[in-house]
Amino acid sequence: MFGKLTLEAVPYHEPIIMGTLGVVILLGLALVAAMTYYRKWGYIWTEWITTVDHKRIGAMYIILALIMLLRGFADAIMMRAQQAMAVGDAAGYLPPHHYDQIFTAHGVIMIFFVATPLILGLMNVVVPLQIGARDVAYPLVNSLGFWLSAVGAVLVMISMFVGDFAATGWVAYPPLSGLQYSPTVGVDYYIWSLQISGLGTTLSGINFIVTILRMRAPGMNLMKMPVFTWTALITNILIVAVFPVLTATLALLTMDRYFDMHFFTNELGGNAMMYINLIWIWGHPEVYILILPAFGAFSEIIATFSRKPLFGYKSMVYATSSIGILSFFVWLHHFFTMGSGANVNAFFGIMTSIISIPTGVKLFNWLFTMFRGRIRYHSATLWTIGFMVTFAIGGMTGVLLAVPGADFVLHNSLFLVAHFHNVIIGGVVFGCLAGLTFWFPKVYGFTLNEFWGKTSFWCWLIGFFLAFMPLYILGFKGMTRRMNHYPHADWQPYLIVALVGAVIIGLGILSLLIQIAVSIKDRKQNRDLTGDPWDARSLEWATASPVPSYNFAVTPEITSLEQHWDNKQSGRAYVRPAKYDPIHMPRNTAVGFAISMWGLLLCFALVWHMWAVAVGSLVAIVITFVVRSYDRDVDFYIPAAEVESIENARYERLQEAA
Amino acid sequence: MSHLTLSDAAGAHEEHHDDGSKTTMGFWIYLMSDCLIFAVLFATFAVLGNSTAGGHTGAELFHLPFVLGETMLLLISSFTFGVAMLGMQAGRKQQVITWLGITFLVGAGFIVMELYEFSVLLAEGAGPSTSAYLSAYFTLVGTHGLHVSFGLIWILVLMHQVHRFGLDGIVTRRLSCLSMFWHFLDLVWICVFTFVYLREFV
Amino acid sequence: MSTITHPSPHGAHPHADGHDKSHGSLKSYIVGFLLSLVLTLASFGAVMTDLVPRESRLLALVVLCIVQLLVQLVYFLHLGASRTQRDNTGVFICTALLIAIIVAGSLWVMHNANENMMPMQMSVDQAKSRP
Repeated sequence: MFGKLTLEAVPYHEPIIMGTLGVVILLGLALVAAMTYYRKWGYIWTEWITTVDHKRIGAMYIILALIMLLRGFADAIMMRAQQAMAVGDAAGYLPPHHYDQIFTAHGVIMIFFVATPLILGLMNVVVPLQIGARDVAYPLVNSLGFWLSAVGAVLVMISMFVGDFAATGWVAYPPLSGLQYSPTVGVDYYIWSLQISGLGTTLSGINFIVTILRMRAPGMNLMKMPVFTWTALITNILIVAVFPVLTATLALLTMDRYFDMHFFTNELGGNAMMYINLIWIWGHPEVYILILPAFGAFSEIIATFSRKPLFGYKSMVYATSSIGILSFFVWLHHFFTMGSGANVNAFFGIMTSIISIPTGVKLFNWLFTMFRGRIRYHSATLWTIGFMVTFAIGGMTGVLLAVPGADFVLHNSLFLVAHFHNVIIGGVVFGCLAGLTFWFPKVYGFTLNEFWGKTSFWCWLIGFFLAFMPLYILGFKGMTRRMNHYPHADWQPYLIVALVGAVIIGLGILSLLIQIAVSIKDRKQNRDLTGDPWDARSLEWATASPVPSYNFAVTPEITSLEQHWDNKQSGRAYVRPAKYDPIHMPRNTAVGFAISMWGLLLCFALVWHMWAVAVGSLVAIVITFVVRSYDRDVDFYIPAAEVESIENARYERLQEAA
Repeated sequence: MSHLTLSDAAGAHEEHHDDGSKTTMGFWIYLMSDCLIFAVLFATFAVLGNSTAGGHTGAELFHLPFVLGETMLLLISSFTFGVAMLGMQAGRKQQVITWLGITFLVGAGFIVMELYEFSVLLAEGAGPSTSAYLSAYFTLVGTHGLHVSFGLIWILVLMHQVHRFGLDGIVTRRLSCLSMFWHFLDLVWICVFTFVYLREFV
Repeated sequence: MSTITHPSPHGAHPHADGHDKSHGSLKSYIVGFLLSLVLTLASFGAVMTDLVPRESRLLALVVLCIVQLLVQLVYFLHLGASRTQRDNTGVFICTALLIAIIVAGSLWVMHNANENMMPMQMSVDQAKSRP
C-alpha cells in the first residue's frame, strides 16, 4: 500500500533540511493556532478556499507566488554562497548532489511557481474588470486552475522533506532524467508537480481566451481593448498552444520511467534529442508567456503615470501579436550546439534576431509615451524605468546569443545565465511587482506604502546589477553554469560580488514583505475612497476599491479606447444609474479545492508507486466531477436592493473623497 | 441571498443562451489543445518510426483486415452519435438515449478489439518496452484508446442525465461537447490508421 | 432552494428555420458517413490490393487522409464559413498551422540531428571512411 515509501525517505541526517522542516512545522502550527484563536476557519473556507471570484483567485495566485519566491530565493542565496567559497581545494558546504537539486528546484520554482502564478494572478484580477465583465467565462474552472497550481507547489515543497528532488536542471534532459541515471523519486516529483500545475495553467488559458473573446462589454471591439488585455489574450493563446506540448513530452518521459519504454533512453532506439527538441518547442513560447503580461502592465502604468495616452496603440497590438507568432519559430536557439547543423542553425538564428524587432517597437512606444508627459515618480514608474534599462541590456545579450557562432562559445556559460536572469528579473519580476503596486488598491481598498516600495525597487535594481553583471564577465572567461566548485582563483572575486548582489536582492524582498505588513497596519490612513487612486485611464478604475463581487452594477457601454478617462474628462464618470437590476452570480464551491486535494494524493501516490492509492484518488476525482455535474444549484441572483445599497455606500465614499 | 425565478430577471435568458456558445467554444479550444498533444505523439512516432532496435517492425505485426474492422466500428459510432444529436435537436429524449446506447456498444466494441490487438502483441514479445518504435506505437494508439474509453464513461453519464433531467439547456450543452469529442476521436483515428498502420505497408 | 432552469435553446422545437449550419441533418450525416466509408476503403485498398502503383501509394494515402479529415470536419463537426461556424473553423485552422510547425519542425530538426550523430553500429574508423 505504501509502494516505495518508507521512513528512510525523510532525510534525517541533513541538518539544513531538518532545520527548515522544523521552521515550517512551527510556522504551520502558529498559523493554525492563530486561525483557531481568531476563529477564521469558517471565513477562510467560505471567502477564500471555495471562492470562484476572479479577484480573490488572482490574489491567491499572487500570495502563492510570493511564498514560493522565498523558497526560490533561499535556493539562490545558497548557490551564490557555495560558489563564492568553493574555489581551488575548497569544496564549499554543499556537496554536488545537493547543489544539483538546489539549482533544479530554483529554476522550477521561479518559473512555474513564482513567475507563472504572478502573471496568472494579475490577469485574473485585471482582465475581467478591464473588459467590463462580471467574472471569467468559467469561474469553477478558474478555482480549479488555481488549486491545481497550488498543489504543484506543495508537491515540490514536500519533495524536500520526503524523498528528494530532481538533480537534472529545470528542464530535466534525458538520459540523465531517465530511470537509469536518476533512479530516485526526485524526477518523478518534478514530473507530477509540473503535470498538475500545467493542467491548471492550460485550463486558465482556455478560460481567459473565451472570457476576452466573448465577454467584453458592448461596444468594446478588439481594437478598443486595453493593452494589458491584449497582452493577456496573446499570452493565453500561447498557453493553450504550447502547454499541451509540455504535457505530452513529460508524459513520454513518464512512459520511460514507469513502463520501461524507450523514447529517450540510450538503448533500444531511444533518441534523447527528441526530448530536447520538444521541451524547447514548449520552453521558448513559455518565456514569452511570462513576459507579455509584464509588457502589458508596463504599458498601462507608463501611460497613467505620464498622464498621456499610450503611444502607438495599434503598433503595440501588432507588435504583441508578432511576438506571439514569431515565438513558435525560434526554439532551436536553446540547443544550437547540439548537432543540427549549419542550415538549421542559420534559420533559427535569423528568426531569433527578427523577434527582437517587435520588442524594440514596444520599447520605443513606451519612451514616446513618456516624452512630453507629466511624469509622476511613483514606485510603479521607477519599476518601469528600471525595467526599460535592464531589459534592454538583457535583450541585447539575447541578440548576441542568437548568433550561432557566438552561442557555440557562450552556450551554457554564465553569460547565458546572466542573460536570462537579466530579461526575467528585469522584465517579468519588475513588471509583476510594478503591477502589484499599481493594482493592489483595486483588490484591497488601500494603497501600498511608497517608502518601502521605493526601497524595494532600489535594492532589487542595485542587487540585480551586482549579482548578474559579474556573471556576464565570467561567461566570457569561460565559466560554465551549474558549477559546484571551480579551480580558477581569478573567478572568485566576481562570485563574491555576485553574492553581495544576491544579499541586496534579499533586502529588496524583505522590503517588499515589510511594505505589505506596514501597508496593512496603516490601511485606514491609505484607504482608496474613489477607486481611482492614480487618476488612471482604463475601465477597471471606474469601479470601487475594493471591487464588489459583481464588478459592475450596470454593464458599461463602450465608445472609446480609454472609456474611464474620457468619462472623467467629459463629466460622465460616476453617474448614478436610474435603477438597478438583480445580478446573476455563480455560487462558491469546494469542487475545485476537492479535486485538487485528490490530485495531490494522486501525484504523491504516483511518485512513490502507491498504485492502489493512486487509482483510488483518480476514481475519487472522476466521481467528484460527475457528482458536481448533477448539481443544479450552482448560481443565484443578488437582489436589486442589495446591489443598490452597496452602490449607494460607494457613492457616499465618493462624496467623502471629493 | 434570496432566489428569483426566471420571469423576474430581465435578460437572464439571453445570458443563459449565451452560456451555450461560451461552453462549446471553450470545449472546442480544449479539444484543439488535445489535438496538439496528439500532434506531439505523432511527431514522436514519425521520428522514431525506424527505431525498431532490430526487433519487430509494424509490417510484421499488424493485421490490416483487423484494423479495417476497428475503423469501421469507429466510423459507424460517429454516425450513430450523429443520429443521437438529431434526436436532441428535435427534442426526442428517447431517440437520444437509444442512439447514445448504440454508440456506446459500438465504441466498446472498438475498445475490445484494440485490447485484444495489444494483448496479442504483448504475447508475441512485441511490447512497448522492446523498442522505441513500439514505445511510440503503444503510447500513440493507447492514448487514443484511453480517450475513447473516457468518452464511453461520459456517454453513460449523459445517457442517465438525459433520462433524469430531460433535454434542457445544460444537458444539450454537454451533449454538444461530447459530440465534438467523439467526432474528434474519429479524426485522430483517420491519422492513426493511415500513418501508423497503412504506412507500414507502403 | 429553487434552481434556475430554462428551456433548451434547441430541444423545445425542431428547426423550422432554413438551416443553422452549425448543426447537422440526417442527410449530412449520411453523406459524411458514405464519403468516409468510400475514402477508408480506398485507403485500405490502395495498400492491400494492386490497384495503385507502388510509387504513388504514400501520396495516395496522404491525399485520402486529408480528404477524409475535411469530410468529417465539415459533415460531422460542422466546420464552415457561415456566421455560426466561423469561430470554430478559425480556431481549427490556427491549430492546424501549429500542428504543421510542430510536426514539420521536429522532423526537420531531428533529421538533421540524426544525420550528424555518430552511427551506433560501426567503429570510429568505419564512420570516418563513410562516403
